Amino acid sequence: MRHLLSTADLSYAQALNILDTAAQMAKVSEGSIKKLPTLRGRTIVNLFFEDSTRTRISFEAAAKRLSADVINFSAKGSSVSKGESLKDTAQTLQAMGADAVIIRHFASGAPQRLADSKWTSGSVINAGDGTHEHPTQALLDAFTIRKHLKNGIGDLAGLSIAIVGDILHSRVARSNVILLSLLGAQVVLVAPPTLLPLGVENWPAQVSYDLDSALPHVDAVMMLRVQQERMNDFFFPTSREYSHYFGLNFDRLSLLKNSAIIMHPGPMNRGLEITAACADSARSVIVEQVANGVSVRMAVLYLLLAGAPTEGGGSVA
Amino acid sequence: MSVALNATDISRALTRISHEILERYHGADSVVLMGIPTRGAFLSARIAATMSQIEKFEVSVGTLDITLHRDDLRMRPVRALIPTLAPKGGIEGRDVVLIDDVLFSGRTVRAAFDALGEIGRPRSVQLAVLVDRGHRQLPIRADYVGKNLPTALGETVRVQLSEIDGIDEVLVEPGGGLA
Repeated sequence: MRHLLSTADLSYAQALNILDTAAQMAKVSEGSIKKLPTLRGRTIVNLFFEDSTRTRISFEAAAKRLSADVINFSAKGSSVSKGESLKDTAQTLQAMGADAVIIRHFASGAPQRLADSKWTSGSVINAGDGTHEHPTQALLDAFTIRKHLKNGIGDLAGLSIAIVGDILHSRVARSNVILLSLLGAQVVLVAPPTLLPLGVENWPAQVSYDLDSALPHVDAVMMLRVQQERMNDFFFPTSREYSHYFGLNFDRLSLLKNSAIIMHPGPMNRGLEITAACADSARSVIVEQVANGVSVRMAVLYLLLAGAPTEGGGSVA
Repeated sequence: MSVALNATDISRALTRISHEILERYHGADSVVLMGIPTRGAFLSARIAATMSQIEKFEVSVGTLDITLHRDDLRMRPVRALIPTLAPKGGIEGRDVVLIDDVLFSGRTVRAAFDALGEIGRPRSVQLAVLVDRGHRQLPIRADYVGKNLPTALGETVRVQLSEIDGIDEVLVEPGGGLA
């Protein structure tokens, strides 16, 4: 595997290998010296056409812990705002010798376009494209779930995981549904009908419109951000009504199993999809998700970049 | 293909190395054995068991994955990582004995020095190997050697251990060797 564009490209063995490698990388992050020489001399470009805090910083921290050089590129304040195309931007980065391009783009499929083109010879890693996929977020979610509910080993067989909220616009949900079901977990999507995508019945997941009846059966509940920048089409009447039916609040905490964990990919709208009491409760692993993100991204960078550059690229398995 | 060491030879060599380590350090109090996966880890467990039996004292043993410190990562397909398990008391201020199956170019041992630095600062580091086949590319030598095995550069030395290969033996095969 040369690129990481979608969790759908991963085999069961590759997905497990990424999680196992991430577990080793996590030990490095716990050690006194958080730095390895592994990717010395490699250049990694963070190509961000859309705003991001944690994903960009997380990739940057991961690359730096492996001693790679990181170039940050954000569309604001660059020639993209003067109208430069993705092609010209990519070719510029290629001329600077990028070994990997981590791309976030508002258009679904932009990473695929970049990977299929001859514009850049490096690996392409999807850091979120439009409403399509966000594979490293799904990997870090699976890693976090595995760590808490499976003692950090094996797959996720036998677990039930609810993904709640704006499934329609969520690339995190798409990547997670594919990855979590690949790893043997049962996924329940909970959302109002207006926020479910067309064809959701063909996804490897169950669908529920009722949060209260879903919560008692799940081992982890993943709250999605209400993407206010995309809420221009009357998907629900008022935010208050949304919170009432689909927000995680103190009363709903008591419906959860004692062992269940609360997740959120961030950034949170406190008081809308999740109340502060839930986000800061002892069962919330939201801050830990961020830390695990660095380990998972180190694993992905290691597996894609450390080996010999072969025809068709190195292999993740 | 020829058998350089059989099961009895391997067992004798490991017993001798166990005694030599105990002799060198006047016991095992300060010693930490660190095996380099895969086969070095099994060897270190065997040596630790023998030393513990002789001394009636639980000898500290761990494993040290050196993959992330290798200098030939870019020359081969990407490798899987193996857990590094530091012993309970850590390695800080102790006498570490690195254990590997075959000493060849010396590059694995160089990487091991860097990997050790990640987990602590030992008082001293020594090296024990089952087979020293020569052809060093770095100024590194072993302190304890099971068997010095003169080989041609083009040959491959294959160590098989019952824990994963089902049999204890060391084979010398034509072909392979260093790139």
